[in-house]
Formats: sequence, structure tokens, C-alpha cells
Amino acid sequence: MPSILIKNGTIFDPSRVFELRADLLIRDGRIAAVGTNLGSADTVIDAAGKYVVPGLIDIHVHFREPGDEEEETVASGAATAVAGGFTTVCCMPNTKPALDNEGQIELIIRQAQRANLANVLPIGAITKGREGKELAEIGSMLQRGAIAFSDDGVGVADASVMRKALQYCKMFDTVIMQHCEEPTLSGGAMHAGVVSAGLGVPGIPAEAEQLMIARDVLLDRTIGCRYHVQHISTAGSVELIRRAKRDGLPVTAEVAPHHLLLTDEMCRTFDTNYKMNPPLRTAADVKACIAGVKDGTIDILATDHAPHLAEEKELEFVYAPFGIIGLECALPLYVKALVEPGHITWMQLIAMMTAKAADIVKLDKGTLQAGKVGDVTIIDPNHKWTIDCARFLSKSRNCPFTGWEVGCRAVTTIVGGEVKWSLEEGIRGRSQ
Amino acid sequence: MTDTAAPRWTRKHLLTLEELSAEEILFILDTAASFKEVSTRSIKKVPALRGRVMVNAFFEDSTRTRTSFTLAASRLSADILDFSEKGSSVSKGETLIDTARNIEAMGVDIIVIRHPAAGAATLLSRTVKCSVVNAGDGAHEHPTQGLLDLYTIRERFGKIAGLKVAIVGDIANSRVARSNLWGLTKLGAEVILVGPTTLVPRAFEKFGAKVVHDLDSVIGTVDVINMLRVQFERIKSSQFPSVREFTRFFGLTQERFQRCKENVFIMHPGPMNRGIEISSGIADGPQSGILQQVTNGLSVRMAVLYLVTQVGA
Repeated sequence: MPSILIKNGTIFDPSRVFELRADLLIRDGRIAAVGTNLGSADTVIDAAGKYVVPGLIDIHVHFREPGDEEEETVASGAATAVAGGFTTVCCMPNTKPALDNEGQIELIIRQAQRANLANVLPIGAITKGREGKELAEIGSMLQRGAIAFSDDGVGVADASVMRKALQYCKMFDTVIMQHCEEPTLSGGAMHAGVVSAGLGVPGIPAEAEQLMIARDVLLDRTIGCRYHVQHISTAGSVELIRRAKRDGLPVTAEVAPHHLLLTDEMCRTFDTNYKMNPPLRTAADVKACIAGVKDGTIDILATDHAPHLAEEKELEFVYAPFGIIGLECALPLYVKALVEPGHITWMQLIAMMTAKAADIVKLDKGTLQAGKVGDVTIIDPNHKWTIDCARFLSKSRNCPFTGWEVGCRAVTTIVGGEVKWSLEEGIRGRSQ
Repeated sequence: MTDTAAPRWTRKHLLTLEELSAEEILFILDTAASFKEVSTRSIKKVPALRGRVMVNAFFEDSTRTRTSFTLAASRLSADILDFSEKGSSVSKGETLIDTARNIEAMGVDIIVIRHPAAGAATLLSRTVKCSVVNAGDGAHEHPTQGLLDLYTIRERFGKIAGLKVAIVGDIANSRVARSNLWGLTKLGAEVILVGPTTLVPRAFEKFGAKVVHDLDSVIGTVDVINMLRVQFERIKSSQFPSVREFTRFFGLTQERFQRCKENVFIMHPGPMNRGIEISSGIADGPQSGILQQVTNGLSVRMAVLYLVTQVGA
């Protein structure tokens, strides 16, 4: 494997909280050294004016394989991931059929190896068929390579099943990721509030999310299983997590770019690219989510990359499916939402997108220490560009951020010591 | 605006009353007034839309709205096509957009759409080149109903500004309530929304309405009472416990009617549940404008069909 020397960049290593002008050498697929005068290498990349960071990690994506391969596959998902600077992504099990057994976990791992782009790590279903009734074979899936467990798309509604799931996962010290939505309070198509009242669109109240978080935190108080709240969206949820953390519970949370940048006002035009679950909330909720990021209540950033066919998204608002794609524009959007206004620093941002994400799923990644795997992303912090989802490597186009002017971009993505993508050349070894 | 030659109507579609200005609403009402005269002639027809095609695309049951649009178009000498499909496009396998493009490919000038999903007319207007008229989209809006209610109120009182109008019933799920609310407030009326807390969310106060849960507290103060139809399926979803209890608290009974202003005007978009939200004696009595609403619906729809087709592509 050819060695790579990244010269003259600014190195951010959140695992050791340092930021310095230095070179980085990758040899035999691993980080060999960070420093100066590191000698020569087979490939030399000049990163002057650029940031060199651990490969970005997104623990919440949907790659639609098996079942909806026309929307996304593990291969196309991995391609769009590296084009966004992500070296590791964790894919949710709400496929058809669900990733609820060893065989399905094996399928994702094999498909990821075939694609040979990003690390794609499967998340197993908590319950068989994601039906919320019986526990899936969590232990066997873990042994086969599942990285965490979730019924994402829905929450585990039954309290007794959820309690068993927390107890059972505690045995393996794995993490449960919950899509928090109490179904008896839900069933709407957008946030229940003033805008939905005016539009006559059925709403999803903030309490649907908060009720499940509150219940799970209560259940987990005596169990102590690692519990992660997916795509947090309401001010009340942030407060519940803040209290749970204050009480010392093993609770973490993530937030998606759209919940930091958009509000339910966007739904006024009935554009289904603004339909996601959890829905876009109010400006007060956006503010609370940003405050949650600032004070550490929200641990990490995750895209909830959710591809859908154009035909599906061109439906009436209430009938269209939830979700938007986000891997290729996530980094600059987080920067716009959090770094540019001065809420957090670049170092804090990189930590949330690398080391802290790795921590939640217990991955030995998110660091640039010598000897660790050579997953590295180079970011141009001053690259101005206009988001255009038509150019994404994803198979889908459902993204409301097309046309947004943003100020930075991943320019080179290195996975396992190999350049998989660069802005100039696209996917390595593949003609564009 | 200083340019007096500026066109008073520039919209190709009629989708909501929310997006219209007071001036635009008044312009439709004035146009409707001039069309009302047509219905008094012995030959009730003008050639305004001769050679034009209007299609009624109804994805939901409707008798009066569809009939009214049909008659309005025929009085304007348009050709009329009827298309109905019950249930959503999803269940049929063809999307709304595909259905609409197919209809449009036959060369129509106006699609009048009634659909169970909020925003369906808006979606359509972004897709097709012809005019789109919203004949009711889910719980969102029913602009021609709103306009005909405004017309009827103006006809009765000679004005709208300064009137107090109560809209009573299932506000949360009513497109009629929303269109009335936008139209009335834009024209300076005071709107009071009345109904149980489960069906009249406080959020409506943000739109300039007063929200009241005690009909008796306002009944003697209002100039107009617009009673909405009770939807029995709301009982199943626990939005009120029974018809009997609804009538007891929110029905327009004879007893309540006695306490109304002397010249109170009673309206209902139909179809009525007699004896439930409105007692028969009131619906058929001299204070009732219910049949005038239907008559005026025709003129208003003629005006709308005429105006949207006068705007170039």
C-alpha cells in the first residue's frame, strides 16, 4: 500500500485536543506520525491552508439495502459518504427486510467490503422485524459485526419490551439508539404548532418525542444501559437529556443539520423536501438544540441521511415519505449553523463529528494518534460553493439545501490509508 | 400603488385566501356581483369562456361544490369535463401529478381540484401549465366557499368591516373555517372561533381570531353565526364525547337563538345535520342565509373561473 504524506496542513486531533501546523504520514494503512520532517512518501498531498482531521463519522444514515436499492445502496451510500468527507457511517436497520439477524448484518458488511469506499457499519434492529414485540438476536448480530441497536423509523413503543431491551443490551455493554416518538401521540406529517394549524396538516407534537425520552430515561435509571437519543428535535427533549446527564445516567444524544437550520415555517409551501421525522420544529426549538450543542448536552452530529425516490417525494405533503439526504452537505451546514455564528469552535465541531461519535459506538477511531487506522479527512475551511444535490453521488435527490451558499468543504477523504475520494478526481479509480 | 392602469387581478390560480390581499378579494366579489346579473336573465349564459375547457377533478365526495362549478362554467359557455377518483392517488398507483398531467394533455384550461390532502392544489399548480382552482384541499382551505360566504355577508349587511362573526364547531379540521378566517380578517371583520378545546386550538389566536369555548358567552354579541358541520368520526378519535353533548354546548338551538342579536345572520356551508349543530327552525327561518350562500356560490365561481383564465401563461 503506497504511503501518503499530507504536508503543511493544520492538524486537528480531538482525541488529544490539539491543533497545530504539521505534516501527517500514513503508512501501511495506519497513521505513522504527526510532526515535521517526516521524510518522503509515495504520495504527497499539499494541505497548506487546509484542515487535516480524523475521518468524519456519521452514526445515523439510511442506505436502503436490502429492499429499496433504487433509492440507495451500500455502495452508492458509501460513495456519497466519502464525497462528504465521511470515512465511517453506521446504517440503520429499517430496510426491507429489516437488519434483524446475523445474515442481514453479514450482507451489509460484505457489500461495504465490495464497495471498498467508506466503512459502513450496520446497526441491528432491537426487535424482530422492527415490530416492537420480540427482541431480535442482539448477541448474535453483535458477534457478526453490528455496531449498535435501534428500531429507527419507529421507537420501541411497548414499555415492557423497551425495559427488556435495555436490560439485555446492558449485558453486552452495547448501545441502544432510540427513535423517540410515542405513536399514540403521533401520526402527523409536520410539527404540531401554529404553522400546522394554519395549513390544516395533521401534526406531530413535541410531546411525542419527549414522552418517549422521559420514559426511557426513567426505565434506564435502574438498568444503566448505554442509551442514545437519535435526531433530537425539541427544546423539551434537550432539557430532558440535560437533566439525565446531570443525574449521571449513560445517556447521549445527536442532532441533524436540518434541526439546527430550518423551522416548520418551511413547510408552508408544501415542499416535501421539508418533510422529515422528527419534523422541523420552531425557532425556539432550533435555539434550544444549538444551546444543547454548546453546553455538551447534545454529544454528536448525525445526518439521518434518508434517500427517497423523486416520485415518492413528489406526492401530496401528507402522503410523501419522511426524510432528506445529507451526507455530502452536512459538514458545511454544521459549520454554518454552529461554527460561523461562534457557538462552538472548529475543534469542538471536529470532536463531535469524530472522537465523540466513535465513543458512542465504541470504535477505535476518531483520532490521529500513531498506530491508529488511517482514516483521515482533509477540509478546505475557505472553500465557497453552492450546494447542488443534482451533483451528489447519492442515488437520491431529496435535499432542501440545494442553492445554499456554504463556506467549507471536505476535499480529500482517506480510508484505511487509501485516498478514496478527492474533490478534483472524485471517486478514485472510477471515471466520473 | 400609483399606477391606476395596473391589472387588478394577476393570478393564474386560486389556491388560498391566505395569499390574497384585501384588494384582490374585493375585486373577486365585485366581479361576482356583475356576474350575478347573468343569472337573472332569461337566457342565463354569457360567452366569456367559450372554447375553454374546465375539468372538475374531484378526489373526494362532493355534491354542491362540484355542481356549482359545473353550472358556473356552463353559464360562461365553457366545455366541462368531469373526473372523479375516490381515495388518494397513492392507493390507485398513479400519482396526483401524473393524473393531472394526463388531464392537462387533453388540452384543458382550468383544473378545479377537490382533494383530501392539504396542499394538493398547491402541488398541482407547481406542476401543470393551466390554471388551478382549489375546491377544497384537506383541512387547509376552500377559497371559493370563503368567497361566497364573504359575498353573502356583504350582500346582507352592505359591508364586512366591523362585523363580528362567530364560526362554530370543528375548526381544527375545517377548510371552510380557515378560508373564512383569512377572508374575514383581511376585510376587517372580527372573527370569533367557537368550539370545544379539542377542536379549536389556541394556535388560531396567532391568526388574529378570538378563540372561545363558551358559545353562550358570545352568542348575544355577534352579527353573523357560521355553523360548521359536525363530523361524527371525531367521536371515534375522542375529540368530543357524543353528539348529544356537542349539541348541548355548541348547537344552535332555539333557546340560544332567542338570545342572539335581533338582526343576526345565520350561515352554514352545508350539508347540515339538522337538530345537531343547527335546529331546523333556524336553518329555514328568515334570519338564515343558507340558500343565499348556495346561490351566491354560483356567481363567485363564475368570477373565479373567468378571472384565472384572463391571466396569460
